Amino acid sequence: MTPQTEPELAEIIKAADAPLRIEGGGTRPIGGQTNGARVSIAAMRGIELYEPGALTLVARAGTPLEEVEAALANEGQRLAFEPMDHRGLLETTGTPTIGGVVAANVSGPRRVQAGACRDFLLGVRFVDGTGRIVKNGGRVMKNVTGYDLVKLMAGSHGTLGVLTEVALKVLPAPQAAATLALNGLDDTQAITALSRALASPFEVSGAAHLPGKATLLRIEGFAGSVAYRAERLATLLAPFGAVAVETDAEAVAAMWRGIRDVATFHGRAGDVWRLSVKPSDAPGIVAGLRGVEALYDWGGGLVWLLAPEGRANTIRAGVDAKGGHATRVRGEGTDAFHPLPKPVAALQAGLRQRFDPRGLLNPGLMARV
Amino acid sequence: MQMPEPNPAILSRKADLVARLRTVLPTDAVISDPAETRAYECDALTAYKCPPMAAILPASTREVSDALRICHDMGVPVVPRGSGTSLAGGALPTADSVILGVARMNAVLETDYENRFIRVQTGRTNLSVTGAVEEHGFFYAPDPSSQLACAIAGNIAMNSGGAHCLKYGVTTNNLMGVTMVLMDGTVIELGGAYLDAAGYDLLGLVCGSEGQLGVVTEATLRILRKPEGARPVLIGFDSNEVAGACVSDIIKAGVLPVAIEFMDRPCIRATEDFAHAGYPDCEALLIVEVEGSEAEIDAQLALIEDIARCHDPVELRQSKSAEESAKIWLGRKSAFGAMGQINDYMCLDGTIPVSALPLVLRRIDEMSKEFGLDVANVFHAGDGNMHPLILFDANKPGDLELCEAFGAEILKLCVEVGGCLTGEHGVGIEKRDLMAHQYAPDDLAAQMDVKDVFDPAWLLNPAKVFPLEASEARRAA
Repeated sequence: MTPQTEPELAEIIKAADAPLRIEGGGTRPIGGQTNGARVSIAAMRGIELYEPGALTLVARAGTPLEEVEAALANEGQRLAFEPMDHRGLLETTGTPTIGGVVAANVSGPRRVQAGACRDFLLGVRFVDGTGRIVKNGGRVMKNVTGYDLVKLMAGSHGTLGVLTEVALKVLPAPQAAATLALNGLDDTQAITALSRALASPFEVSGAAHLPGKATLLRIEGFAGSVAYRAERLATLLAPFGAVAVETDAEAVAAMWRGIRDVATFHGRAGDVWRLSVKPSDAPGIVAGLRGVEALYDWGGGLVWLLAPEGRANTIRAGVDAKGGHATRVRGEGTDAFHPLPKPVAALQAGLRQRFDPRGLLNPGLMARV
Repeated sequence: MQMPEPNPAILSRKADLVARLRTVLPTDAVISDPAETRAYECDALTAYKCPPMAAILPASTREVSDALRICHDMGVPVVPRGSGTSLAGGALPTADSVILGVARMNAVLETDYENRFIRVQTGRTNLSVTGAVEEHGFFYAPDPSSQLACAIAGNIAMNSGGAHCLKYGVTTNNLMGVTMVLMDGTVIELGGAYLDAAGYDLLGLVCGSEGQLGVVTEATLRILRKPEGARPVLIGFDSNEVAGACVSDIIKAGVLPVAIEFMDRPCIRATEDFAHAGYPDCEALLIVEVEGSEAEIDAQLALIEDIARCHDPVELRQSKSAEESAKIWLGRKSAFGAMGQINDYMCLDGTIPVSALPLVLRRIDEMSKEFGLDVANVFHAGDGNMHPLILFDANKPGDLELCEAFGAEILKLCVEVGGCLTGEHGVGIEKRDLMAHQYAPDDLAAQMDVKDVFDPAWLLNPAKVFPLEASEARRAA
């Protein structure tokens, strides 16, 4: 089913008597495919409002991400949370939608500085599992009017409602950018170096470590400022070795696109895991796992793992011992999402019961009902 | 302002309640003498007062949990209170409620500079969070004007902002985790020293829920390294429209100032009389502050000045030193105090799209004449968060009501142009009855569904946020 309008979608949900599989572009089947009749939001598309001077953009949920990004680029702006493209990693085809980005709260390397998708989400419209059309938030940057269902919807994977419209805060694209690279650091040294850079006043907007390859930092801004900060960071990081600076715009963009999309793991067999942990815990957690390959982003706060199948329990035990969570982004099984402590799981189930009492919306995703 | 009738059955069990609370809290942490509970009769929205039945001052998550369980079992409403600086009546008691003050929970639990966070008990004041980390060169970014007094608990409840949130975001963007006690005493952890908690974003849901979903006792907050420096430029214009257009152009140019503050003529005059900051005699004034090294600041301010010059400013004054910066900020920082010298005032908090600024200012001016009450505007222009100050005389019968009616019209206007009722102060009781102007019944129902899940008996912070008639059936259920 491909509803054209919000009321049509509401009718479909009201009339449904069996599970529905909610789909944007179908490029991010995180947690596996769920059963149910497919409902695509792809036909509800188009940018409804874009005010560059107010840094706000409102789009219908099915709007292709590339359409949003092109409109922003025309005005020298961008989505600062840098949503990753999952197609290479998950071997999917299709057109990513802005609604899908929000539903999965997809953020890239800049999350460590600018914030996550949810931090840039100003407002939503959605249809919940009862067919009720709900609006929350708005299109202004500061809004504390009532409860923040905007955040609740971000990352809820379509299990509480089907997004129909999103309002986003956008930011100016920088004039210049640079990548700083260190070589030869082990994981622990690398995370220490990244932490030192992130704890500096030099506004690092990317901090990644590719084991065996390089330890990387990104800075962005006006050209003079980038040059100044590159120099200061090189001095700050001198104890970790010589710093190579890349300022070619194309090369910098390609490097961070690769990190964003976890290019290292493309086309390789195995499950892919995404761990969110305290940065200084990351090397130890990885060292405690056998037969995995790791890639660190967010200064170590985000760890991508390529692991053999069937390692959910070991990986989760490693994370639970330190604090954090682990999601299996690619691989088979019904346990892709991190189990929650009982009282939190109860709240989550309670919300789901309220917004989707018949259990229609993506019933297999998130914690199972 | 209508509040629910106190429940006589609850009032009649006061002695029993106090005795039971004393079994889990130290004697001096349970306040029941009417002479003392009076201290909790209002917050910074002083027009509304009501002493609570009792007040408790727990010192730990455990004590909060024990006390809430007792109140839950006895069906007693609880009003959580940070430092009582809410301008929206967010901590106004009902006569049959217990005030739960977090003032005794003010410890720093952990600081971690490598991973850039601090964990504190939530009774700690906003400014003292920065105070705990500044000798290492760090700071906590959200900076509400009341930061000397306001507690992190209240900041989380109201999702507080501040002058610098244009660059650094508001509380929700700087909050990594909480320990929270549900009304039935259950203790939960959401998030922690890592980014993006597992499952639904309950952390985001809790932040800004005005103490109605649980009592947050501990918080993990993101800390940032202080910038190398910061300096403002002051720009005067002879019309609000032009100043508004300049704000928009600065934002579009790709500079990201930490703050863009706006003052209109009535506000400039009042602060000049009061603080003598040497502001120009003009219609509108912007203070734009940028951060970085000396050279980075110079470059950004030069760009901003170039943009401003295209709008024929009547004054352009770039700070070259700490003293000059202080002088530029002096008037802005004393604006509220200056207003207080002239008259009583009500501070509004609507947010509008920046593009609607000239229209909204013009309409406010027209309405000011219709209502016969003066208004001064001072606000965070970069993010459209307005703070119209309506002047009235609290001793003049009917003036408060007139002022409230005027305020309501301004807020409705904010919603009409695509904005919202409140940008950083919260709904509380003040804007409760205006919620239907922003949200349709289904929108409010969806929010109240959340309340049902977290606090099924609707005991936490009663009579706030949702219009009473909208929540009546749920409260009775």
